[in-house]
Amino acid sequence: MVTKIHIEGLTYKYGDKEALHDVSLDVEANSITVFFGPAAGGKTTLLRLINRLNDSVENTSMTGRILLNGQDIYSCRIDVPELRRRVGMVFALPLPLPGTVRGNVLYGPKLAGISDRARLDALLVRSLSQAALWEEVRDRLDAPASELSGGQQQRLCIARSLALEPEVLLLDEPASGLDPLSTAKVERSLIELKEQYTIILVPHNVQQAARMADWAAFFLMGELVEYGRGEQVFTNARDQRTEDYVTGRFG
Amino acid sequence: MNPHFVQRMGFVLLTLISLVVVIPILLVMGVIAVRGAQIISVEFLTAMPRQGMTEGGILPAIVGTLLLTLGTALVALPIGVGGGIYLAEYARDSLFTRTIRLAIVNLASIPSVVYGLFGLGAFVLFLQFGTSILAGSLTLAIMTLPVIMSTTEEALRAVPVEFRTVSASLGGTKWQGIRHVVLPQALPGIITGVILGLLRVAGETAPILFTAAAFYLPRLPQSVFDETMALPYHLYVISTQVPGMPLDVQYGTAFVLLVFVLSLNIVASLIRSHFRRKREW
Repeated sequence: MVTKIHIEGLTYKYGDKEALHDVSLDVEANSITVFFGPAAGGKTTLLRLINRLNDSVENTSMTGRILLNGQDIYSCRIDVPELRRRVGMVFALPLPLPGTVRGNVLYGPKLAGISDRARLDALLVRSLSQAALWEEVRDRLDAPASELSGGQQQRLCIARSLALEPEVLLLDEPASGLDPLSTAKVERSLIELKEQYTIILVPHNVQQAARMADWAAFFLMGELVEYGRGEQVFTNARDQRTEDYVTGRFG
Repeated sequence: MNPHFVQRMGFVLLTLISLVVVIPILLVMGVIAVRGAQIISVEFLTAMPRQGMTEGGILPAIVGTLLLTLGTALVALPIGVGGGIYLAEYARDSLFTRTIRLAIVNLASIPSVVYGLFGLGAFVLFLQFGTSILAGSLTLAIMTLPVIMSTTEEALRAVPVEFRTVSASLGGTKWQGIRHVVLPQALPGIITGVILGLLRVAGETAPILFTAAAFYLPRLPQSVFDETMALPYHLYVISTQVPGMPLDVQYGTAFVLLVFVLSLNIVASLIRSHFRRKREW
């Protein structure tokens, strides 16, 4: 297994409240790793730490390390915007930026300094196709993004992240609030995308976790209870708490 | 007592109380419009005053007020909006930012005549700008800064924090997020704040009394170092300082000032409602 992200002894606090306690795990490249568990388990916090989106949150403290390709992302030599281009993030609620479909997809690349029209057009088509949205929006690339349906907006947000050609894609409940049809489309495109990207997914329910996971990590109250191959975690959990959660005895 | 009766009485009473706000406004506008509109003519708007201001027009006062308002905008806009951006996006809670906020609150509550005296001391005398459009604009700008700064800050804070997070997650620096995502959405609020701030000072007399205004100057200003007539001060002069001034000239001047201020107000409201309909959150 090729390790893309190595997390080691990670403890993270908001004020006095511990959100993550001594979490260690390795994320395999070109696979889908699922972080699942009940609310307030620390999943979203961990995602936000992997691309340093929590930097702006005040009164927090962190110990432990996160390595991307063996490099400490909290080292002072890291250029944070550059890191975020390499580690893309899709949020639970789709939030198109004000402006057109095209403007949304090309926001990141333009800030990254790409100005060649042909290159931008190619990125636009490619990332919208990868997010399974191209066919639906090819005729209204210059329409306001807010006119798309909720499911389309979420795929637009995925395309927006993909346009930066990241190495890692973090998705925080990307299917919450989507209808089953849109969810299926998103899931199908994620499975295709893992050929090129390393994907970490916080699913919105256990069923989705089981469907998608190559690897699964079960988080409970800030603790990594169990981490292993998806089929093992969901059919033959080693820890009683994982077993109870997966079979619906609590949650 | 019957609770339904009490409810009705309460309702009627509250309605009457809110009408109290409307009545003086309508009366003031009505009286000034009816009595002032009669004298409004091309000559009144485009001619120099004659015969000790009792005849002719009020052109230099109109131009003076426009220039003072424009000058104020040029000075107050960059400083006020820049300061608002700093306070909303960059400032953390520290002694420094608390001092700034305290200064804003206090600036807003200083009587306007004190601004006038400050402008006289600082700009007219110390910086030797003389009684001039420049000195007047600077004085008015200082006076309107708190309004512009705090409305800018509010408009920026009204943009949900998630937009900044999204921009950051796409590799945007903090400033790029502000510049490309937050500012465009806050712009209508900022513009409205700027106009309202300018509105407030466009009708002021005391701050320009010692810094910019000329009693009687029947020619147009040639440079920013010229003194100038201005509508509010002109109104003050012809209402209290010149005996035998025809009433319709006074009402006419008040009418022009009122129309100027009200039209700025209407522009601000139009901008606000136009963008509110287009807003996506």
